[in-house]
Amino acid sequence: MKGGIFRIYTIAYLVFLYAPIILLPIFAFNNATVIAFPLQGFTTKWFTQMWSEPGLWPALQNSLTVAISTAILSTVLGVLAARASTRYRFPGKAPVMGLIMLPLVLPEIIVAVSLLVVLLGIGVPLSILTIILGHVLMTTPFAIAILSSAFQGLDRSLEEAAYDLGETPVSAFRLVILPLVMPGIISSLLISFTLSLDEFIIAFFLGGTHVTLPVYIFSQFRFPAAVPVIMALGTLLVALSVLLLTIAEYYRRRGIAKSGGKDTGGFI
Amino acid sequence: MIPKTPPASAPTMIEFRDVHKWYGDYHALRGINATIREGEFFSLLGPSGCGKTTLLRTIAGFEGISEGVVLLDGRDMADVPANKRPTNMVFQSYAIFPHLTVAENVGFGLRRQRLPKAELAGKVEEALTMVGLRGFGARAAHALSGGQRQRVALARALILKPKVLLLDEPLSALDKKMREQMQVELIRLQRQVGITFILVTHDQEEALVMSDRIAVMFEGQIAQLSDAETLYRRPNSRKVADFIGTMNFLPATVLNESDAVVEVEAEGFGRLSFGADQVADDGDAGTAIGFRPEILTLLYEGQAWGDREVSAVVEEVVYYGDMTYYDVRIDGSSKTVRLSARNVFGRPVFDRGVRVRVGWNPGALILFR
Repeated sequence: MKGGIFRIYTIAYLVFLYAPIILLPIFAFNNATVIAFPLQGFTTKWFTQMWSEPGLWPALQNSLTVAISTAILSTVLGVLAARASTRYRFPGKAPVMGLIMLPLVLPEIIVAVSLLVVLLGIGVPLSILTIILGHVLMTTPFAIAILSSAFQGLDRSLEEAAYDLGETPVSAFRLVILPLVMPGIISSLLISFTLSLDEFIIAFFLGGTHVTLPVYIFSQFRFPAAVPVIMALGTLLVALSVLLLTIAEYYRRRGIAKSGGKDTGGFI
Repeated sequence: MIPKTPPASAPTMIEFRDVHKWYGDYHALRGINATIREGEFFSLLGPSGCGKTTLLRTIAGFEGISEGVVLLDGRDMADVPANKRPTNMVFQSYAIFPHLTVAENVGFGLRRQRLPKAELAGKVEEALTMVGLRGFGARAAHALSGGQRQRVALARALILKPKVLLLDEPLSALDKKMREQMQVELIRLQRQVGITFILVTHDQEEALVMSDRIAVMFEGQIAQLSDAETLYRRPNSRKVADFIGTMNFLPATVLNESDAVVEVEAEGFGRLSFGADQVADDGDAGTAIGFRPEILTLLYEGQAWGDREVSAVVEEVVYYGDMTYYDVRIDGSSKTVRLSARNVFGRPVFDRGVRVRVGWNPGALILFR
């Protein structure tokens, strides 16, 4: 029974992947401070209690500042790189693109430590700004990957047709290229935002006294009484991440359908 | 209706003066000299990589030139960018803006004129009617068929009333039936609007059908520039003759020559003499006589032709319905030649192995040397 083995494998794989995440909402709604079975009944009090935690609001504010700035910066850099790599030929293009994409596979802890050493070495104080810097470094390869596929799908003649019909390079970009890659841009913004919002290591190393949401969550684990609240917060974050990634994927696919291209893979 | 061919005295629309184009070390255009007349349907014909598209793009302004001058309506185009030239292009991929409707695509070039809404809509509808897409304005452009995209591309280019319409292999993406239909429509359209059309194509039949004049290009140079009939009947070189239609070649040796006449001994035909206007360049392929498949006549029993007859054996028969092609070996020749015969009612098709008589005319042969 070949099919049977594959089915069991698939189920086991999915359980392994999602069981821990499913535990999150289960305990977030459990009426007990101890994270253990059997469940003690349904409650939403952890969600209410969450909002009165003193450190949560500044952390959330920091995280949003970092994530929004990161999303915008890495998407702008991504647009420039994707346009250059799909449109122009220049010497050393392949190695340059390879180097830009490298942070995708570099261990994050190494990146974080090296950045910390460099920043301390040149005397830059650790702040929200340094976290943003680190996050941009980490998310730009994702932005380039998404945007390259958006730019690659574009027929080069579209831009020429716009010039031919009287538009300048700038107005042709605005009227033709931008609307066609807009789904890719939205997708890139959302994914960079999500990646930055969830990121821990760089935020932990480069934040100094500034605490982002993941760092806040980590610090709260020292207090057993705070664990159910963290579960509630985690549940919200997971829901938000899934929602944003779904929207991002929707836009990416719509972009491909719009420009008449074929789907060549994606994140969902 | 405008007469088909604009007279040779028609004003010049485009002039190329010794145009060169280099891409790094690659010499893409090697000294192009030509003039294209106002109101002419002009084709650039050649195999891929011959520079025909590059030449078209120098007119549009998408490619700069390395040397020489391109004049458009008497004006040097050197410093005029693509968006300021009185030319419009129909792209090979059509380049229809997929995020816009048909009407928005067609009206795209008029955007800058800031016309009142009603006037714009009227012009768009007029252009769509001209290409047979009346009432299609509200459709999404990405949902159109290939033929419809082609028409939208035409309407979008013609709405600006350019002096020259550039067509870059516009029919190559269509199937055969659609292509033939669009050929006729393009001719009709060109006569209707009366502006200069410049077509780039690798399809010799398309060029012959549609053009007033054709420039055949090889390796960045114009090999021959003439009307379709001259190109077919009097190719100036073996290369052109090979590229346009089918040409049979039989080896020959020159016996005598004077200023006016060349006398040769040709395989299968014996002694022949050619006037100076019947001589073309052999491109180092060796002296040979050449003729088109339909130029020689297969004679049926009882059909008299006179003394200009040779005897041959049918070696292969290819039946096409309206035509039959015969590969025959003329007595005394080392290779077969292809002849064609129209299939007329009541006339049998020859079988393989049959001995036939072939009638010929001296004026129909060409000498390549």
